[in-house]
This record gives sequence, structure tokens and C-alpha cells, in this order.
Amino acid sequence: MELTLWTYEGPPHVGAMRIAASMEGLHYVLHAPQGDTYADLLFTMIERRDRRPPVTYTTFQARDLGGDTAELVTRSIQQAVDRFRPEALLVGESCTAELIQDQPGALAGGMGLGLPVVNLELPAYSKKENWGAAETLYQLCRTLLRERMPAPGSSKPAPDRWKSEGRRPRVNLLGPSLLGFRCRDDIKEIRGLLGEHGIDVNLVAPLGARPSDLLRLPVADANVCLYPEVAGPLCSWLERNFGTPVLRTVPIGVGATRRFLRELSALLGLEPPESNEADLRSRLPWYSRSVDSTYLTGKRVFIFADATHAIAAARIAADELGFTVVGLGTYSRELAREVRAAASDLGLEALITDDYLAVEKAMGDAAPELVLGTQMERHSAKRLGIPCAVISSPLHVQDVPARYAPQMGWEGANVIFDSWVHPLMMGLEEHLIGMFRHDFEFVEGHRSHLADGAPSRPGGMAEAAQAVAVASSPPPPLPSSSLQPSSLPLAEGALIWSVDGEAALRKIPFFVRGKVKTNTETFARDNALGEITEEVLYDAKAHYSK
Amino acid sequence: MASTPTLPPLLRESGQREVFCGLTSIVWLHRRMPDAFFLVVGSRTCAHLVQSAAGVMIFAEPRFGTAILGERDLAGLADANEELDRVVGDLLERRPEIRTLFLVGSCPSEVIKLDLAKAAERITTRLRGRVRVVNYSGSGIETTFTQGEDGALSALVPLLPRCDDDQLLLVGTLADGVEDRLLTLFERLGVGPVRSLPPRQSTDLPSVGAGTRLLMAQPFLSDTVRALERRGARRLPSPYPLGVEGSRAWMAAAAAAFAVDEARVAEVLDPLVERGRRALVPLRRQLEGKRLFLMPDSQLEIPLARFLSRECGMDLVEVGTPYLDRTLMAEELALLPDGTQLSEGQDLERQLERVRAARPDLVVCGLGLANPLEAEGIATKWSIELVFSPIHGIDQAADLAELFARPLHRRELLQWN
Repeated sequence: MELTLWTYEGPPHVGAMRIAASMEGLHYVLHAPQGDTYADLLFTMIERRDRRPPVTYTTFQARDLGGDTAELVTRSIQQAVDRFRPEALLVGESCTAELIQDQPGALAGGMGLGLPVVNLELPAYSKKENWGAAETLYQLCRTLLRERMPAPGSSKPAPDRWKSEGRRPRVNLLGPSLLGFRCRDDIKEIRGLLGEHGIDVNLVAPLGARPSDLLRLPVADANVCLYPEVAGPLCSWLERNFGTPVLRTVPIGVGATRRFLRELSALLGLEPPESNEADLRSRLPWYSRSVDSTYLTGKRVFIFADATHAIAAARIAADELGFTVVGLGTYSRELAREVRAAASDLGLEALITDDYLAVEKAMGDAAPELVLGTQMERHSAKRLGIPCAVISSPLHVQDVPARYAPQMGWEGANVIFDSWVHPLMMGLEEHLIGMFRHDFEFVEGHRSHLADGAPSRPGGMAEAAQAVAVASSPPPPLPSSSLQPSSLPLAEGALIWSVDGEAALRKIPFFVRGKVKTNTETFARDNALGEITEEVLYDAKAHYSK
Repeated sequence: MASTPTLPPLLRESGQREVFCGLTSIVWLHRRMPDAFFLVVGSRTCAHLVQSAAGVMIFAEPRFGTAILGERDLAGLADANEELDRVVGDLLERRPEIRTLFLVGSCPSEVIKLDLAKAAERITTRLRGRVRVVNYSGSGIETTFTQGEDGALSALVPLLPRCDDDQLLLVGTLADGVEDRLLTLFERLGVGPVRSLPPRQSTDLPSVGAGTRLLMAQPFLSDTVRALERRGARRLPSPYPLGVEGSRAWMAAAAAAFAVDEARVAEVLDPLVERGRRALVPLRRQLEGKRLFLMPDSQLEIPLARFLSRECGMDLVEVGTPYLDRTLMAEELALLPDGTQLSEGQDLERQLERVRAARPDLVVCGLGLANPLEAEGIATKWSIELVFSPIHGIDQAADLAELFARPLHRRELLQWN
């Protein structure tokens, strides 16, 4: 049993639903108890879709368990096929159905339905949503393409055969799906980018594809694996069985987009792209170089997301925005190795976990000034009072915006610049709050460019009076528990903050105070100092600035 | 009451059901009792359900969580009771201010027959004085949506202190403002003392005994009523406090039980009734003659249909309910217009065929169906909002009507040319 306050991924059958709902002409019969239809809302409300997901649920109840639930399955399958007439059928179980073992896939296989049936085996108690999506996409393509596989030992198609065939090169864009992060606009951005470089898109899948479209997968010159969490296994299988090369660089960020174009051109035998293209096409490089961005230098950022977006964010943060990455992690165990490598490039140890509390603790320990995470990190960041931007699924309805909001390509970098910098305090305000702490409106932690001034409540005159009182009298004890929940056992080693030490700590701007506090306490402990005075704080400051 | 209406035979359907399971009740119960925590014992699906419903709000301190069963738990490799004790220990360490812990059963925990009732007893004993642990099932195989509240409240009934003095107990979640307003009115009537179940603090439980009269604020509390009746309380038969008519009858039922003079009741309530009717006039103009189809969701459908037809002039095409408790619904059924087609249960695709064939002016349905029906050109009112809105009492009648008028009004407002 595992205590979960928030879960990063749904169960694997939700991944399968994402594939079915992303595609056209594919239906999914799901053996599941009454109530599991909640998953429809993910599509009708969060993705704001205008149609029901193509899913038929058996919705068994307690009274059905005494009877023939297998008969309920076959009836549901027959009715779904008769009513919706899909090109292919997915059949699977949810977690409760897995316990009663009716084998719905095998039942469907024996019904003579006259259409391709994919029997999904998704272990709900050990695997999760992204795995379920990847497995479903892979099994579906495998079922449909089984008879078209070239004989073993046949020669691989050359990626530059387009030249001899007198056409433009064409690639598949694999992985985009509903409930993925900004997939809708990423595809548009990448399609445009490729078009400008003379590359056609053969097929986008699963988003918008039909089962019959999937039969065209092998005619592409290369597969572009845009979302490895969903398309990784399929791309590897297509490479093994059809010899289609895979481009695995994900074009999120200016540098990654440039690498993506370079590598794809090389793979397809095209002229390399112009070296100044990024500066001409994306505003991020100039915005980030312009002097207004100087104060972003060294901002401490904590990143936790799916592997794809975490790795991309770490590179953008470090190389393109000049932040210091102080924490990097993912819940995507399938891609843990890649995230570990990215973390080690930054001198960090990757946090690989799906435990929300472990992430919250790591975030508290790292004391960042900005959190780039998922919808879940917004909860911890609120608790810790840290600015936060969402960079990956799981997401909620506000991250499926009406406006064009890609993450990939040149425009994606523009979107990223705006949305990551927005939660931070603006430069002038940051300076003034560091200088004058007794204001009645612009109080500590206040960010006046945000509608709610978050994270601290603007308390007006009352707060100003309190600020004056703090300045002139011994300060109240620091709210160390709210700053560093369970991460810093102050009692241990009997560290005591003296009155002047605490007063000095209060003068540190709030967004770096957490880090200064940690550093000072570590310094005091290392030097066996029992009491932290103002001088110890400055000693520590000098020590760590070396 | 008026003479019994002639209703066509109840349409009993079974097939695919598009409803929530009882776990969803956590989404409002955690706000009603902020000192309680709801720990679901289930699978990742259960965790995903609750956070998909409530996760758009950002919580510095979560009020609910899931103990997710793993393969070791299913294979019996881990002792489920030890595991549960460990998880509860971790939770209470993080949230020492929790006073009542609800262990909420789910489909997986019910199918593998995990005895959460016994676990709740054991943990309560271990933590005596600090935290009370109770158990109920919110599983989809046993409960539909609001029935989760029925489970939670009936789990609290054994904890209520005994007291045989006369008192009125309002049963079912009410919005704070509505509750305060109703208390004021009962005081004016001279009815009291009045208490509520659930209370605002899980530790502030009302008493129950032979002098307790139950006034049902919500229609979906069959088990809770029976549990309270077993402890000596008596239910006051009445329609539910939705709309002017239902709310007046509801308060009058309490007044009668407390031997309040009818003249006094008229003196206190009739001005409110007069004002409530006036407030309904413009809304009735928008709703009158409009054809209404209610899909099953919360068991609020029958009282809502009664209000919308009798006080707002809507025509009822079909009134679906997930579950029909004829005893608790008797007074409501008596007020329905002749010929009302009731349906219990659901066969989703067939019901949608009836919706499309009837082309109603407004369909009350869940969020899984609302946008898809809108896209087909059919106006909808999403039903979940009704359990999140202050809709009870005479003074709220117009607000309740407005919830149904709003989507129709919006359709008239929007234009793109």
C-alpha cells in the first residue's frame, strides 16, 4: 500500500483511452465498474472536446458480480461494434475488472467480429498511464501492420530514397495525444517548421489518425519521436521491423530545435539549416540577452515533470535563460536513465519518484526561487510560497488554452520565455523590496504584477505597521516549519538563532532566504557552532560565495 | 396534499451507466468538515478520479488521499492491516490536526473484501483520544455519486451521543449560508433546538434519541435515515426544501411536529413565500413551456422536476434517477404532474436516443455528456453544480431557477455575426 495525496499519472487504461480518444475510427470496450466513466470528463472538460470519447464501459455493479460478468462483456462488445462500426477495436480492463479476470480481450477475439481486435493487457497495479498509452499504441500498430512486415533480412530502406524517387522527404510525427502537454499546437508548429525545410509530414499519430492511416506508417523516410513517453516503444519497433530510422531529439527550446533540424537534415541527406535561423525565427534569444533579463541570472529553479519536458526545461533553464538548476526529476520511470544523464550534466542527482511527498520535500530542501513542474507542483509551491509555472502533464483545464501555445519549435520558445518569467518578481520591484522593507503596500513576497499579488497576502496598513514593529523590536520566531516542512529538523544539533541572527536573516530578500537559511545552518553545523548570530550568517555568506 | 397523480409505469433500465461513484462525495464533504480527512483505500483509478474532480483547486494541505493497493497487497504478500496502519501513521504524522479520519472503501477494496470497518475500529482504539477513524464505502459497484454522502453520514451515526430530548435534526449537507438562514427561520417559528448532520466540525456531532425529529434536507440519504431511526429518531414526511412550495411544506412539517400554531407558521413564512414567488416571476417567463429532460445523477432529479414543473412551468419529458427510494420520495411523487415519465437506472445509448428523438429544450446531465450534447445543438445544465450550490429554502428558489435559466439565457446572448 502506498500513500498518495496526488498521483502524477492515472491508471494504464486511461493511457489506452488517450490513444482511442486521440484517434478516429477506433473504439475501446473497457470492462470497468460503474463510476469509471469519470474518465470521460478528462476529455469533455479538460480537453474540452465536443464529443464523447469512443469508449464503451461495461459499468458492472455489485449485483452483477453474482451473475455472468463475462456475458456482460460480450454483450457490450457486440453492441459497441454494431452501433459505432469502428475500423478496429481495443478491448481491455480497468483495475477492478482485472481482479475478476473475465479475459475480455480473449472473449472479443472469439466473437468473429470481422475487424482487427487488440487485446490490451495493462497491469493496473504495477503500470501507469503513459505506459498504458505507449503499450496501446504499440500493440495497435503491431496488430495492424503484422502482415506488412518485410521478411527478416530484407534490406533497410535508405533514408534518402526520396531523392531517387523524385519527391520531398516525408516523416511521421509520433506521440502527440490528448491530455499530453500542448500537443495540439506542438504539431502545428513542427509541421510548419518541417515544411519550411522542405520536409513533408506523412502521418501524425495517434492524434487525428485513423487505424487505416496507421498502415501508411512504414512509407515514411524517418520517424520523429516527439513524445517518447507515448511513442518510444512504437518507434523502436518500427526501426527494428521496417528499418525506419528514428529522430529522438525533442525540439523544445531554441538549442534543441536547432539540434533537431540539424540531425533531421543529416538523417535525410538534406542541406544543413542556416546557423542564424534561431535568431531570426525565435524571440527568446534576444529577449534573454536583453538587459532586462540580467536579473534572471542564477535564479534557482527546481524542475519536476515527465522526462521529455524535464530534460528540455533543464537545458532551456541553464543554457538559454541563465538560471541555476537546483533540482531535476521525473515521474517517468521508463525514461529515468535519460533524466539521470541530464541531471549529471548539471552536477545534480536526478529525483526519480512518483511520490508527491518526496518531490515536495526535495523542493523544500532545494529552496528554489522558481518551480517548473506539473499541476501537482503547484500545490507544493503554494505551500512553500514559491512562484511556479506548469511545463508538463498532469495538467488541468487552464493548460489547454484557446490561444496558440506550443512548447516546441521557435514559437514554443517564445511561449516558454513569457510563461516562465511571468511568475517571478519583476526586476525593479525586486530591487526596491530588497532596499525598503517597511512599505504599506509592497510588502515582502508581494508581486504587484500578478493579479493576486501572490504568494503573500497584501495586508495594507496593518501589515506595514507590523513591518515597522518587526524592524524596531525583537522579531517573532521565524516560521521555519512553513518555510522548510520536515526538511530541517532544527532541534537536531541544538542550533539556535540569536535575535540579531534572525533579524539579519529577515533582511535577506524572501525568495533567496530559504537557501541562505539552509546554508547558514549547514555552515554552523559544520563548524560546531551552537548559536547563529548575525556574524555567523555573514561568515556563511562569505564561505559560500567562494 | 393534492390527489395522487397518474404516472406511467416506471421505466427500469440497465446497461451502461454514465454516473460518478460515491468517492466523489469527498469533493464537497472535505469542505463541510475541514477537520476531517478522507483516505480512500483503492487503486490508482480512485486516486485519479478524486484529483481529476478536485485537483483544479490548489491545496497547500490536501484533505484527501488514496492508499493505493499494490501487487504485494493483492497477492497477500503484505499484511493489509499492517500496511494500512503504516499508511495511517504516516498520514497523521504529516497532518496531526486531523480529528476524524474516514477510511473510504472502493471497488478494489470491496472486491478483495478488505475489512475496513474492523481496521477503523482497531486504529481508533490505538489512537484513542486523538483521532476517530470511521469507514464507509464509496465504491462504484455499490454507490452512485451522492450515495457516498449517505455512507459517510451513516458511518457517523453510531458516534452520535444519545439524548432523548426534543430536537430537530437537519440531515444532509447544506451550504453554510443556507444553514444559517434556516436556523434563523426555525428560531422565528419557535422550533428548536435545531442541529445539523453533517456538522461543520467533525467532532461537534449532534445527539440523537427518542425526541429527535429528522427533517431531510437531501433525498439521497436512505441508509442514514434508517440508522438514525434505529436510534429512536423519527423522520418527518415532507417534500424536499427545493423551491418555494417544497421549502414551505418542509418547514411547516417541522413546525407541526413541534406543535407550532398554524397561524404562527403563516405569519412567519407567508411573507417569504410571497417574496419568493415574486422573485420567480422573471425566471418563470424564461422557463415556462420549455421541455426538460433529466438524466440520472444525484437522486435530486425528482424534487427538481417537481419544482421546475410546478413553479417554473417547465414540461417534463423524462425524469431519470439512479435509484428510487419510494418511501423517501413519496411526498415528492405525489406532487409530480400527471403523465410524468420516470426512469430508474440507465442504458446510456438508449437514453441518448430518446434525448435526440425528443429534442428537449434543456437536458440536465453529467459533465461527460454536457459538451457533446451542446455540440449537437442541445442545451444542457450540468447536474453536479446542484450539489455545490446553495439551493435550499424559500429564499433560494429564484437562485435555483436561475441555475436552469442561465444556460438558456446564455444561448440567447451569444452571437457571432
